Amino acid sequence: MKLDSKVPGGPLEDKWDKHIKDIKLVSPNNKRKFEIIVVGTGLAGGAAAASFAELGYNVRSFCIQDSARRAHSIAAQGGINAAKNYPNDGDSIWRLFYDTIKGGDYRSRESNVYRLAQVSNEIIDQAVAQGVPFAREYGGNLANRSFGGAQVSRTFYARGQTGQQLLLGAYQAMMRQVHNGNIKYHPRHEMLDVVVIDGQARGIITRDLVSGELCRYEADAVVLATGGYGNVFYLSTNAKNSNVTAAWRAHKRGATFANPCYVQVHPTCIPVSGDYQSKLTLMSESLRNDGRVWVPKKKGDDRHPNDIPDDERYYYLEERYPSFGNLVPRDVASRNAKMVCDDGLGVGDTGLAVYLDFRDAIKRDGRETIEAKYGNLFEMYENIAGENPYERPMRIYPAVHYTMGGLWVDYNLQTTIPGLYAAGEANFSDHGANRLGASALMQGLSDGYFVLPYTIGDYLAKQEPGKRYGTDHDAFKEAESAAQAQIDKLLNIDGDRTIVDFHRTLGKIVWDKIGIARNAEGLKSAIEEIQALREEFWQNVKVPGEKNNYNKYLEFAGRVADFFELAELMAQDALQREESAGCHLREEYQTEEGEALRNDEDFSYVAAWEYKGLNGSLEETLHKENLEFEFVELKQRSYK
Amino acid sequence: MSKEMTIHLKYWKQDGPNAKGYFEEYTLDNVNEHMSFLEMLDVLNEELMLQDKEPVEFDYDCREGICGSCNLVINGQAHGPKERVAVCQLHMRNYGDGDHITIEPPRAASFPVIKDLVVDRSAFDRIIEAGGYVSIKTGSAVEANSIPVQKEKSDEAFDYATCIGCGACVAACPNASASLFTGAKIAHLNKLPQGEVERSNRVVAMVDQMKEEGFGDCSNYAECEAVCPVGISISAIAEMRRDYMKAVVSGG
Repeated sequence: MKLDSKVPGGPLEDKWDKHIKDIKLVSPNNKRKFEIIVVGTGLAGGAAAASFAELGYNVRSFCIQDSARRAHSIAAQGGINAAKNYPNDGDSIWRLFYDTIKGGDYRSRESNVYRLAQVSNEIIDQAVAQGVPFAREYGGNLANRSFGGAQVSRTFYARGQTGQQLLLGAYQAMMRQVHNGNIKYHPRHEMLDVVVIDGQARGIITRDLVSGELCRYEADAVVLATGGYGNVFYLSTNAKNSNVTAAWRAHKRGATFANPCYVQVHPTCIPVSGDYQSKLTLMSESLRNDGRVWVPKKKGDDRHPNDIPDDERYYYLEERYPSFGNLVPRDVASRNAKMVCDDGLGVGDTGLAVYLDFRDAIKRDGRETIEAKYGNLFEMYENIAGENPYERPMRIYPAVHYTMGGLWVDYNLQTTIPGLYAAGEANFSDHGANRLGASALMQGLSDGYFVLPYTIGDYLAKQEPGKRYGTDHDAFKEAESAAQAQIDKLLNIDGDRTIVDFHRTLGKIVWDKIGIARNAEGLKSAIEEIQALREEFWQNVKVPGEKNNYNKYLEFAGRVADFFELAELMAQDALQREESAGCHLREEYQTEEGEALRNDEDFSYVAAWEYKGLNGSLEETLHKENLEFEFVELKQRSYK
Repeated sequence: MSKEMTIHLKYWKQDGPNAKGYFEEYTLDNVNEHMSFLEMLDVLNEELMLQDKEPVEFDYDCREGICGSCNLVINGQAHGPKERVAVCQLHMRNYGDGDHITIEPPRAASFPVIKDLVVDRSAFDRIIEAGGYVSIKTGSAVEANSIPVQKEKSDEAFDYATCIGCGACVAACPNASASLFTGAKIAHLNKLPQGEVERSNRVVAMVDQMKEEGFGDCSNYAECEAVCPVGISISAIAEMRRDYMKAVVSGG
């Protein structure tokens, strides 16, 4: 297999325009004859489904939730970046592009990132026109704020609920097309396989999560906008139903999976309180503008934090990174929190937390000012942790938040299976080894509103309009019976360990050994442990209930089975990348000061894995897409 | 150290929309005060499954109060005893040792039970589908700052736009009305110049759809506002009714 990124030639700033000029169009007449399946209704999937339908294609939209409006994009808090330069502070498309490439530690494709920056402004126009109530200035214009990794204010926001508002905009655009009959809408359906005929994606198999029935759907192209795989860790900031199944099953049908080891761990989350913990809650990055991060200098210091005097506190970020202080990028902040806790300086019952202290900010600005800025976040903290952050420092700890890796796609967002596309967090394309804050929403909407509607037409224009194989085709039958066989197998094991128990145990291995810091020895033992646990899972898992009914634990069982396989690939990927880059810290490759040390000579590539089989161990072939940096100069990141 | 409690649960079981439902009882020991309410149900299900009993089904996803999936009625109250939170944000420290807790699905003819505590809220999708949007195509928008919007108006629109679509308003309403949900979307879009254009058509289409789905009318009980996890104000309903009358009169 040869990876062809299909990046157009010419100067960086002309590539996308030139591409639009060159790609083929589908006539309105023929659009009616094509059917596109979109799996997932988050920002990428919702935006794509609405936009395809507006163009005149027949669309089928699927989501696992009971409504498209509940996709996990809804939980994004902070904001969305765009290069509007409204504050007149020197922003430009180039600068947004450059910050994103640098933030990703030079492990993403220049052409894709530049296009992302180019269409960013149109996204804001579109959202405003839909009625998204962004924050505004008194003069009536849109407001901006700053975010990590940038020196300009380019983040648009709707209080702490930017994801919700943008998602509702996309959802409403989608429902308008449902109303017009251009989208057939299938909530509570889970994709279990992609159907490939003569090397092209021609449909999917789903399970109706209410009746349990397996269904076959045929189409001319399939878009996976099914989100990231952070839940492989069991505990993450992802929604409970977020999973890798659609992407993973496409991978097993021939779509290569890129950079699975790139996982972003967000530094400011509410720490784990006990074994019953089901998910972790993020506290917005914005808190680090005013909160000071510290731990006691003395191990096991169990005094009330307010009784620990300043000279006995270790403000480790301020001391180690005097120029960025508490505002270092996410990967650096997370790594340092882990380091101080590993040294035994962590606080709270578990010792796995650091303080985020607002005492000095309240003294300086007054409680009212702090309340106006962060009131809702403080309330959320108190609700969950049961402590008042105005009076006692918050306890925070890093948690898995976003996965930069995903299905490999070319410049058109097409996977290595012709006719199968991946968008949003489900693909690997734009964030390299680390994503900047407020860039996930930008990428999801860019893919859905402004990239796919063009690039999918280029593919469809080369297909025969209205061509149907029929869902009786052997490929559909084979895929459906494989899905059925797995469900039956899971239900028949009737072992004595629950799915949650397996998932939690898997998550612990992945967190300990493929988490914030990795090393060769740990990764090798992770692979062995994952294999052994996977074997036990298939012998001893207990899946309750029936297949022909609503059965949440059966859904989970299938997803956990896929997480086991993905986890092994993550370890393989982390093992082969003998360098540190962004969120991927290999302990063997650090500077003397403990910072990530890249090796551009040998590792400036995208690692794309091709599935070969699963026989006790996972067999995958590594393909490398070399990253050419024609327009930016590679530098060691420094936030000192 | 955290407190542990014994909790006596009584929860609704129902095999499908047409099956007869019933209450099941179970006593959980060792409920940690820091658990969320839904984590307590996770623990319940783990125990049930290990005893070869059927777990109880309930809807959830984000577990941080924004997706609107969870919608349990606890001791007769939608989203439970704590104001302004969804069930997933309710923690067991709000309960005491030995407490009895009854858990039911939201009861409304327009929200048929799928299984146990899981209900079908697709009626909400159909209300939005009828007109809860601005008719703007991708790519045809004008430059974002070309239409200034008063900050107060925009903030007000946001207050209505923050609805999470959980359906607590319907569960709490003696008439099982969806007026707060519908009114919130109408008010959000009407406050903004972008939404103003379709004001009349929108209100008629959405209100008619709401009726068609079998939701009751509003009698100003204001129970909906009391249970709303994001604090949507019932002034949305007054505005919706005014707009509806205006639209029907001028249209007819």
